[in-house]
Amino acid sequence: MQDKRVIFPGLLVPLLLLAPQLAITFVFFVWPGLQSIRSSLFEQDAFGLAEQFVGAANFARILSDPAYLSSFWITIIFAAGTTALSMSIALVLAVLADRAVKGASTYKLLITLPYAVAPAIAGVLWWFLFNPTIGVLPRLLAPFGVVWNHFLNGQQALILVIIASAWKQISYNFLFYLAGLQTIPRGVLEAAEIDGADGFARFRLIVLPLLMPTTFFLSVINLVYAFCDTFAVIHATTSGGPGSATTTLVYKVFRDGFETLDLGGSAAQSVVLLVIVGALTVAQFRYIERNIHY
Amino acid sequence: MPQISLRDALLHAALIGGVVLVTFPVYMAFVASTHLLDQSLSGLPLLPGSRLIENYTQVLFRGLRNYGLPPIGPMLMNSIIVALAITVGKIAVSILSAFAIVYFRFPFRMLAFWLIFATLMLPVEVRILPTYEIVANLGLLNSYTGLSLPLIASATATFLFRQVFMTVPDELMEAARVDGAGPLRFLWSILIPMSRTNIAALFVVTFVYGWNQYLWPLLVTKDTGYYTVIMGIQRMARASDFEPQWHLVMATVILALLPPLIVVGVMQRQFVKGLFDTDK
Repeated sequence: MQDKRVIFPGLLVPLLLLAPQLAITFVFFVWPGLQSIRSSLFEQDAFGLAEQFVGAANFARILSDPAYLSSFWITIIFAAGTTALSMSIALVLAVLADRAVKGASTYKLLITLPYAVAPAIAGVLWWFLFNPTIGVLPRLLAPFGVVWNHFLNGQQALILVIIASAWKQISYNFLFYLAGLQTIPRGVLEAAEIDGADGFARFRLIVLPLLMPTTFFLSVINLVYAFCDTFAVIHATTSGGPGSATTTLVYKVFRDGFETLDLGGSAAQSVVLLVIVGALTVAQFRYIERNIHY
Repeated sequence: MPQISLRDALLHAALIGGVVLVTFPVYMAFVASTHLLDQSLSGLPLLPGSRLIENYTQVLFRGLRNYGLPPIGPMLMNSIIVALAITVGKIAVSILSAFAIVYFRFPFRMLAFWLIFATLMLPVEVRILPTYEIVANLGLLNSYTGLSLPLIASATATFLFRQVFMTVPDELMEAARVDGAGPLRFLWSILIPMSRTNIAALFVVTFVYGWNQYLWPLLVTKDTGYYTVIMGIQRMARASDFEPQWHLVMATVILALLPPLIVVGVMQRQFVKGLFDTDK
């Protein structure tokens, strides 16, 4: 960590300045985090009155529970699908909007706006568009022989939440890809053009490799988003169903903790998530430290 | 040159396609919010109808009384209060701690830094139950404090201000000290005015973040008087045992969308800056 050469003297002032942030961090972040870890090692009754130390038994139980493992796979499909869909659409739009074209700034503004949409609202919007009785999209799909009903068909429900989650994230990815494109030297692209590379070859051989750092960064951000923030998309629409077709890991923590009241199991699941999110965060910061110098 | 205009025409067509893709869901929500329920049930038209004023006044001031759901007007007010409290609180708390970390030396400075960093790894989704218990034990359920206070700790905002302060020339501080200015005077009269573009950028991003909160208000509010509008939508969509009152749900969606949309649209430049500031 870099340091200032000149500083103010004193001990009480900086501690007072830090106090609000540290107090909130400790009370609402660190302490509950530690509580999660502690509860994951205990067996509790549903009322929280009695508990017994069980070591790693909760972890062993969830890791051998078919429902948990299925939720794990659903989360992987969901996170990979959301990330890939959102980033590829955003990349195409960014490449198009990066061309010198009249009205480019208007297009950019309009593509940026969905950033303001809450994940919960994104879910409700697509839930409505895909509604089997009144939605626009099932009507469009009917001629192709697709019978859309996400209330009965688990796969369709998963597709629905993937589309809604990916849609909400397009604006964010779009802006970062646009910024990435602007760092590619025009000279390199012109040289390739003179050498006879067509548009797609230039994209594949020059633009895509040079955008790798942006792609890596966005992948991490989108995975964290898919793991955590999409709780709202799922809770506001499918509630994890039908059955448990859209029950992601986060949704399962919530349901087991608040509805099934399996406190130890829910805490163990929290800890697993904490490890995943923590690893992603560290990956993101290691990457930033290497690539950005200030 | 016809070749170039063909290329441009294709480009425009593709971009318009993209814009339609990203704005279509919001457009259809608006269309639905201007019709009657029976019209949307028999296949929703693609153009707005005539029920704009009736539908919006109903959700704003009357709500769905048959289902025990209050009007949306007070929920919008709650959302504004909570989003502003989170935004102002987050910016203030982050400026203070970044200032302490950059301009002072004290024991456990690195520990404090890492403790703040830890918040990044602990999103509310991974500590739902124990955080709920703490808020309940502190008696903060159903209160504006409970809705906003736990969300104002921020590692990204603290790191952002730390970076900004690091670029401030040391000479400024030396000059301030020669003039007899204490640390707080220096912070208030020099650092904060110098950071105002960063503050504006952070304001936009944090306001949207605060407004769009869902899981947290869902956990800590049981009393409808403290509902925020984003969670109100879910309650509204679930209120009926049969089909939701789609025209009213969509009117609520549009009302809930407008404030953050206006902030992002009007403060576009600050918004883009804020996005890049906080994520690198």
